[in-house]
Amino acid sequence: MESIGVLMACPMNPYLEQELDKRFTLHRFWKVPDKSTFLTSHSNSIRAVVGNASAGADSQMIEALPKLEIVASFSVGLDKIDLAKCKEKGIRVTNTPDVLTEDVADLAIGLMLAVLRKLCESDRYVRSGKWKIGNYSLTTKFTGKRVGIIGLGRIGMAIAKRAEAFSCPISYHSRTEKPEIKYKYYPSVVELAANCDILVVACSLTEETRHIINRKVIDALGAKGVLINIGRGPHVDEPELVSALVERRLGGAGLDVFEHEPEVPEELFGLDNVVLLPHVGSGTVETRKAMADLVLGNLEAHFLKKPLLTPVV
Amino acid sequence: MAAENQSQTSQSDLPCVLILKPPPSFALFGDHFLDSPKFQYLKAYESPLPLSQFLHTHAQSVQAILSSGGAPVTADTIRLLPRLDLVVTTSQGLNHIDLSECRCRGIAVASAGTIFSADCADSVVGLLIDVLRKISAANRYVKQGLWSSQGVYPLGYKLGGKRVGIVGLGSIGTEVAKRLEAFGCSISYNSRTKKPLAPYTFYPNVVQLAANCDALIICCALTDETHHLINKEVLSALGKDGVIINIARGPIIDEKELVRCLVKGEIRGAGLDVFEHEPDVPVELFELDNVVMSPHNAVFTWESFEDLCKLVVGNFEAFFSNEPLLSPVALDHLPQFSG
Repeated sequence: MESIGVLMACPMNPYLEQELDKRFTLHRFWKVPDKSTFLTSHSNSIRAVVGNASAGADSQMIEALPKLEIVASFSVGLDKIDLAKCKEKGIRVTNTPDVLTEDVADLAIGLMLAVLRKLCESDRYVRSGKWKIGNYSLTTKFTGKRVGIIGLGRIGMAIAKRAEAFSCPISYHSRTEKPEIKYKYYPSVVELAANCDILVVACSLTEETRHIINRKVIDALGAKGVLINIGRGPHVDEPELVSALVERRLGGAGLDVFEHEPEVPEELFGLDNVVLLPHVGSGTVETRKAMADLVLGNLEAHFLKKPLLTPVV
Repeated sequence: MAAENQSQTSQSDLPCVLILKPPPSFALFGDHFLDSPKFQYLKAYESPLPLSQFLHTHAQSVQAILSSGGAPVTADTIRLLPRLDLVVTTSQGLNHIDLSECRCRGIAVASAGTIFSADCADSVVGLLIDVLRKISAANRYVKQGLWSSQGVYPLGYKLGGKRVGIVGLGSIGTEVAKRLEAFGCSISYNSRTKKPLAPYTFYPNVVQLAANCDALIICCALTDETHHLINKEVLSALGKDGVIINIARGPIIDEKELVRCLVKGEIRGAGLDVFEHEPDVPVELFELDNVVMSPHNAVFTWESFEDLCKLVVGNFEAFFSNEPLLSPVALDHLPQFSG
């Protein structure tokens, strides 16, 4: 398989990169000075693309690589891949579901606790020496708060299971109601937001869910409500969110994703009711290894003409 | 004037509760936070008299004391108050009350009971996720603008599937276990006595517990036996992939040894709400990204204080109406509490 050309869209994991290098002819797209020339000159040898949450295979790239057979994403989200184009051309697509579900759900709860209980601010308070002068202010209890989940897929269900252990009543919104699920369903995101204390975005990013968190939803969530985003940055109308937080119309936010990563609106830096993370939802040693192995396993299966491990298309 | 005299007369009929020093809630909510129309407070800290004289003056009127961590109830104080029948503390901890003296005198004791257990357990989980997933450290990184300039943040560690060892499976420990099970953690514990109904693995001593877990959670009371319970041997058994979380009392951990282990990388990290000499915190910890600290505020939520108010006032009102206390402490089988 060493002659098979694999294009890695961006740096994502040293172990994955190393293994791809060993097994295939690996091309590191981020090191290429002239990307369009590169694609033209390698159009006959690249048979696979490895992407992630930041970069995948858009229509332009797919058109430029006529020998492309498979796009393997180092993520569960597929918003950086032109799925329709892949279907049209018979290109297989794989992702990394299940292995990262727990980590992302853990982080969602971690963000809820960090925002409500002001964990980061408390830590900062101690480090600054201010504790010697006086006690930190009161925070908000997490146990028993109403949690509203947008998207009740694997990650949404895992978040619900964890929040239930804190006696949090769970409600949700998704494309269709799930009659077998005991949680309360709301047919619109605005209604869900109006009836919960903490709103979590856990759905996939599609044309329909872009800016699913808009001004109306933020208003419904309100001055005591908290938004947690472990989905994708474009789920949220970011300028609206920023002004709501700055003007204290929204109670708080825990954000792992942003519209233009790694750029983060600086107006959020000074807010003590906001916790900002650099897209680390699946960022653990254990899970990234499992994700890498899944990407490698899918590529190997494809080129050995065996069934793909986690196909999407 | 007449109205004032009238209210003064009815005031003096009300039973008296002594407060030696104001509880933490007074600083937050003002000193009428725990008022009730059914009893009155005698505030020793507002009197110009030296304490012993104050106690002597009011010895016959004091039936109850409102205590808190910073206002201990010692045997000496108890002996100056012949009519004392009840001590209500605003805390869950009891190490500031001379319980054996209370037991001798037949004085009832009521605490915050289990009202803080959920908040404490939430703090434990929050600190544990923070340490493993580097939430506070990564938040600092982003807010300093380093994500766009310096790039990808180092990976954290998965919580799911980790072995959690709980020291002290009381009310707080049980709430911690219930929460962490939902994250796919396996739970084991050490307690003074094995709990036959607890579905978790029991280890007869803390060293064995530490050797068999990835996260050691301190949820026990501070007593003579638990002082420096977490020592060099325990930390060594916990090992370089182990994390420790303490929301109980600082002196349960040998702090010097803990700091040394953290600085040398002999354990993976720590989440600490309590310290040996609060509010002093070892400065070496400020250099470390794998340590998350909080200023002994694991129970300091608005909701808990509302619940506390109802409980404290409810306990006094029940007592003065000869009804059962809401959150009595059983004074038989007492361990020796550290002062």
